[in-house]
Amino acid sequence: MSRISEDQVKHVAHLARLAITEEEAEMLTNQLDKIITFAEQLNELDTDNVEPTAHVLEIKNVMREDRAQQGLPREEVLKNAPEHQDGQIKVPGIME
Amino acid sequence: MSLFEHKISELHELLHKRDLSVSDLVDESFKRIGEVEGKVQAFLTLDEENARAAAKALDDKAIQSAPVNKLYGLPIGIKDNIVTKGLRTTAASKILEKFDPIYDATVIQKLKHVETVTIGKLNMDEFAMGSSNENSGFQKTLNPWNLDRVPGGSSGGSAASVAAGEVLFSLGSDTGGSIRQPASYCGVVGMKPTYGLVSRFGLIAFASSLDQIGPITRNVEDNAFLLNAIAGYDEMDSTSAKVDIPDYVGGLTGDIKGLRIAVPKEYLGEGVSEEVRNSVLDALKVLEKEGATWEEVSLPHSKYALATYYLLSSSEASANLARFDGVRYGYRTPNAENLIEMYKKTRAEGFGEEVKRRIMLGTFALSSGYYDAYYKKAQKVRTLIKQDFEKVFEQYDVIVGPTAPTPAFKIGENTRDPLTMYANDILTIPVNLAGVPAISVPCGFDKGLPLGLQIIGRHFDERTVYKVAHAFEQATEFHKQQPQL
Repeated sequence: MSRISEDQVKHVAHLARLAITEEEAEMLTNQLDKIITFAEQLNELDTDNVEPTAHVLEIKNVMREDRAQQGLPREEVLKNAPEHQDGQIKVPGIME
Repeated sequence: MSLFEHKISELHELLHKRDLSVSDLVDESFKRIGEVEGKVQAFLTLDEENARAAAKALDDKAIQSAPVNKLYGLPIGIKDNIVTKGLRTTAASKILEKFDPIYDATVIQKLKHVETVTIGKLNMDEFAMGSSNENSGFQKTLNPWNLDRVPGGSSGGSAASVAAGEVLFSLGSDTGGSIRQPASYCGVVGMKPTYGLVSRFGLIAFASSLDQIGPITRNVEDNAFLLNAIAGYDEMDSTSAKVDIPDYVGGLTGDIKGLRIAVPKEYLGEGVSEEVRNSVLDALKVLEKEGATWEEVSLPHSKYALATYYLLSSSEASANLARFDGVRYGYRTPNAENLIEMYKKTRAEGFGEEVKRRIMLGTFALSSGYYDAYYKKAQKVRTLIKQDFEKVFEQYDVIVGPTAPTPAFKIGENTRDPLTMYANDILTIPVNLAGVPAISVPCGFDKGLPLGLQIIGRHFDERTVYKVAHAFEQATEFHKQQPQL
């Protein structure tokens, strides 16, 4: 039985904000199915009493002093922006 | 003889006595690049004008006072996922093709402090996702030992440029083996430090809980010098560790008498070629002769590392790469009517195939209804893998095995099936999951292709790792061989 359907792949692509073609959807369904099937070998292990590791070091809630600093100059911020106008980053329409 | 066949300590001595200038070294770099870069294709961006100007400024300064920094004036190459102010940084992705960083990564600031000279930015697999450099959005770097072979990856340009003598040394990054595996394939020395030892500030993130920057050099002593220059706490990286940085070079005593070595049976088993296995067994004999002892151990969860790694690293990548949306920097599609369409087309056009595949896998593993079954499960197995290492390190000082199961493979050999490509990292991935340090040093050849010995240490015990690597190197001649280009 396949682990992931083509419809699911299309839904995940939407969540990931990736436009995919029909061919890509088919290919990805195939490839992801293989990778997920491979990953399911982890189910051989009983992990009921195992704590998850998000991070290997014992570092938690790192805070630094809250001090006011000069922000980046506007021209630096805009230097790499694909489109800008009047000192603002410009994007295509958000609403109809 | 190339100037880069000298060790850092020798070059420093020559510079100090003014028998050599920084300009001579930078000339050597660009001369060699002129000769071999057409074949090797290690660089994405060269910074010749600034490098020559920096060399001249350093030479002028040296007239006033003799240089003190050990790395003063030495030509370095930087993996292209480390941001360099004013020097194009792409992570080998079309989505960042024209990205001009407005700040320096912490490691770059540190290199500026010790006065190295940056020659250029090195090719890699796109966003460090790959083991061959075939996933670069721009070009394929080739292995200097055999131009039909891959240099390894993802830091393929970093390893190939050092092996080819284009730079004295380089920086790479290692998420699942991306420093050690190309170092092994290219016959150079590559160190992945303990997670948290080197600041990740300014490293374009792939998998934040696994990524580490580290040095690639021609010998162990040079590697220790470079790590000393870049290691240390950084308040700009919240996962940076507050630990004292020892003198790694001072620890290279050559004395490994009484050292206890563990050799995991899983690292010499199925999938590891006979030549690789024999080179490791020979290496163990060398280490025994130097006074160490070794025993076989088990890291029983090793076979689960690959699946664990792909779930965790892809999940983290899917979150990290969400920032490439065509708004603040990078490529933006010219063909979009509204914002959502702009995001989707920008990312579809900007990212390569492997990057998209991993974003998809990660998004799936983190999505509602699957999170516990895949992502959380993998985090739990990560704990078991980490505990495997902790148990072994209760009784042994280092773990030794091969870096990669085979020498460098042919270009195109593994591109069809993602899972075969992923299997190249099977011996390096557990180290990143456990967060421990590991080095790859040259330990033999198979049909003219270099092999690497992997030495793994306890958290923050780079000193012992270096000591063992150095003792091995001093007792062997492998590192003295040069590729014929």
